[in-house]
Amino acid sequence: MTQADFTTVFPLTILVLWACVLLLVDLFIPKDRKGITALLSALGLALTLGLTLTQIGQETTGFNNMVMLDGFSVFVNALLLISGLLGIGLSFGYIKRMNLERGEYYTLMLFSISGMMLMAQAGDLIVVFLALELLSIPLYVLAAFDRPKVESEEAGLKYFLLGAFATGFVVYGTTLVFGATGTTSLSGIVTFLGSNGTPGLLLSVGAALILVGLGFKIAAVPFHMWTPDVYQGSPTAVTAFMAAGAKIAGFAALLRVFATAFPSIAVDMTGVLWAIAALTMILGNVIAISQTNIKRLLAYSSIAHAGYILMAFVPYGNPDPLIRNQSIAAGLFYLVSYAITNFGTWGVVIALEKSEGRGLEIRDYAGLGRKYPALAAAMTIFMLSLIGLPPTLGLVGKFYLFRAVMAGGFTGLAIIGVLTSLISAYYYLRVVVVMYMQEGNPERSSESFLDLTTAFTAIATVLISLVPQFLFAWASAAVLKLF
Amino acid sequence: MNFFLQPLTLLTFFPLLGILILLFVPGSQKNTLRWVTLLTTLVTFLLSLWVLGMFNASNPDLQLVARYDWITVAGWNIQYYLAVDGLSILLVLLTTFLTPLSILSTWTAVEERVKDFMIFFLLLEVGMTGVFLAQDLFLFYIFWEFTLVPMYFLIGIWGGPRRIYAAIKFFLYTMAGSILMLLAILWLGIYGGTFSVPDLIAKGSIPANIQMWLFLAFAAAFAIKVPMWPLHSWLPDAHVEAPTAGSVILAGVLLKMGTYGFLRFNIPLFPQASVQAAPWIALLATIGIIYGAAVSYAQADVKKLVAYSSVSHLGFVMLGMFALNSQGMQGAILQMVNHGLSTGALFLLVGMIYEQTHTREIKVYGGLWKLTPVFGAIFLIVSLSSMGLPGLNGFVGEFTILLGAFGSLAINNPWFAGISALGVIMAAVYILYMFQKMFLGPQGPIADEVKQHGHALRDLNWREIATIVPLLIFIFWIGLYPKPFFALMAPSVDKLVSTLSSVAMH
Repeated sequence: MTQADFTTVFPLTILVLWACVLLLVDLFIPKDRKGITALLSALGLALTLGLTLTQIGQETTGFNNMVMLDGFSVFVNALLLISGLLGIGLSFGYIKRMNLERGEYYTLMLFSISGMMLMAQAGDLIVVFLALELLSIPLYVLAAFDRPKVESEEAGLKYFLLGAFATGFVVYGTTLVFGATGTTSLSGIVTFLGSNGTPGLLLSVGAALILVGLGFKIAAVPFHMWTPDVYQGSPTAVTAFMAAGAKIAGFAALLRVFATAFPSIAVDMTGVLWAIAALTMILGNVIAISQTNIKRLLAYSSIAHAGYILMAFVPYGNPDPLIRNQSIAAGLFYLVSYAITNFGTWGVVIALEKSEGRGLEIRDYAGLGRKYPALAAAMTIFMLSLIGLPPTLGLVGKFYLFRAVMAGGFTGLAIIGVLTSLISAYYYLRVVVVMYMQEGNPERSSESFLDLTTAFTAIATVLISLVPQFLFAWASAAVLKLF
Repeated sequence: MNFFLQPLTLLTFFPLLGILILLFVPGSQKNTLRWVTLLTTLVTFLLSLWVLGMFNASNPDLQLVARYDWITVAGWNIQYYLAVDGLSILLVLLTTFLTPLSILSTWTAVEERVKDFMIFFLLLEVGMTGVFLAQDLFLFYIFWEFTLVPMYFLIGIWGGPRRIYAAIKFFLYTMAGSILMLLAILWLGIYGGTFSVPDLIAKGSIPANIQMWLFLAFAAAFAIKVPMWPLHSWLPDAHVEAPTAGSVILAGVLLKMGTYGFLRFNIPLFPQASVQAAPWIALLATIGIIYGAAVSYAQADVKKLVAYSSVSHLGFVMLGMFALNSQGMQGAILQMVNHGLSTGALFLLVGMIYEQTHTREIKVYGGLWKLTPVFGAIFLIVSLSSMGLPGLNGFVGEFTILLGAFGSLAINNPWFAGISALGVIMAAVYILYMFQKMFLGPQGPIADEVKQHGHALRDLNWREIATIVPLLIFIFWIGLYPKPFFALMAPSVDKLVSTLSSVAMH
């Protein structure tokens, strides 16, 4: 193991080791003091975040190009670690309240985050597969964490079965790519295509299968069927983490694999991606209209947002590197905006959820504006951000995203994007209507970490939208290392 | 610190200070909340007078510029860019003038959730002022969309029985237009490498075929806001359901954002397309004038009548503006102000009587003048102003517009002006009809009904008179001596017209 190998995976290694040690330490922490485990997990994430941030500006590869370290991976890893911290903030009080407090909850989250980080750094299709398993398996367990509740078990099983199926697609795609090029390494594929010219059908099919597998993870249409059930059945704090984390990691892998290794088949892929993005936006937003349960509503909303992020992905094969980098940066920026808003929204949902899954219908939010003005104001900010209205991060994200898509020459897709945003305004506003314009008597659970997380995300949603410069700069500097 | 001391920045964001204070006032102290808000808006008005004092009317260009780089990384060139010129100065003043009056009108009308109401109102003022001052498209879009949110709450929480429907309809309609504008803004940003409007204009002509698409995308946003026939259907709902203060601001300022948008963005940015579109806009405007007037006549609800009359009046504004000559545009700008004053005043008056009777049905009124002579007299003046009686403000605006439209090269068809002139007559019909039914003739059933509840119909009190008198002053002032108002806008309008004719009319 060389110095470079070590550098590329240093923060990741620390996190995995931390999680392993924590698993043992947790055995000695008494049952009624599992807060210590939460604190230690948060500490591990914070430490890893600090280490990751020291890597800004570095660019190396390790283990024979199997693991990459570049601006892109650092950006995504930082975002994943922050998501992890926010996820713990949401979980802490919730799992206690719902009698789910078991030490392994946090350890599983750490392992899942390690998988996501590896995904962002993968330089080889085998590593993509490895990372996919590492991130998914803890999530399957977390989804079923509320056992023996039927809904939670169903969620876990459904997620597991479809997830395993999707992983199969990734593996099969990898074998086809290997068959076409004789290698699974992204740099190897680039070299092969560089010397052997036009790729064959085998490569395109392989790439398409990988797209299917990862499309499942990010809940793109038509691979989204599991999303509402799993989001609804899982413990809400897990849903929040899954919605952000798995999506970020899935996109990171998609962007890296396609933009690095497959620009040469962009001709075949662009149309497919265009259609998937458009379908995802349309279907997610249209079906969300008829939802009455807030968890299902947000599940469809998360599908719709996957569509928006996919838009950034459509120009990936553009010959102009500036446009390519800008669209990747726009995708990353949108991921940040989505992740922050997402955790805030779920924070409000968690604050209002009661045992046995009560308090999750939209009508349960009636009267929130009068009784808890701060909570309702936060929710309003999140809804505005999800629609893409000022003064929130969502607007800046959409602005950036649509600009990238239009610069890439896909005005039609941008039009679909804005029109579906209009549709989404209808159902997000309904939540606001219920909160402020209908009478009711909601009951919230006040937990300090939960409140802190919600307040933090609400303030961040507004504040970053007013001074987005640093995030713009960072996102546009977060370019992929190409071969 | 320099940043916040710029006059326009201070003017735009000053209401936020009021919000900050409001947050620390307990919700039960309603009068304190009202006073804090009123004082905030009054100081904002004083600030706008200060801006007017510094404004050099003979300079046609943008003045009092506050310009800073905002987002300039990654190929973006977004600026924080506020400035004022003759096209916008009057509208800024109109905004800061109407807001305190609206607050005054809520003194007894809004008793529920006063704190929230005041916060949303001040937020709305920030958004509206920003719309009229922003010279960067991104900044403009932010202010533009932002005005939606507080207005949505004002209608949805404090509105009438169908308020939720009206609020959502208002929101979705407006947003539908503005998202198309968003795409056009992005296109311009990519094309010109900047979002600053003066820079984009200076950069010169956009290919003619694309100009038309961009023109249409911007026009979609603005035409819905104006609203131009046939995109007006959100307006009666929103107006009827909104609380009085909301209606005043909606009619007085928000609709002007649409007409102002045409003037500030469509015409200078897309001159060729504007010339091409002028006859079509004139056609829609003329239909709007006649249609609005005819539908007004048929209304049984007085607030709805006033709402539809807006469709007609704003038709005049659009007709004058797309005459694309100096007379028409000056008339259009003045008419924007006039409409804000007259219709704002009408909504205030309707709100005052509604507060006592809780009905807006014209047929239950009658003989009001005998019971409430001051109210009757003021209502008459405002009605006459709205229908364009010479000597009052409405006449000056409509007359100038018709003159402009009649001689317009861009519209090139005197019939539009001719038919529109009928709209003036029709206005007299529906307004006098309403006035007669409500104020003259035998006493209607409502007076007795109110009496049964304990207290007879009362005339205006001092607070209500204080609310309405400032409007009356301007109604007479503009009607009798409009010169200073024209002087404020003339150089900027002339400059716009001369650039337009050099670029687009050969």
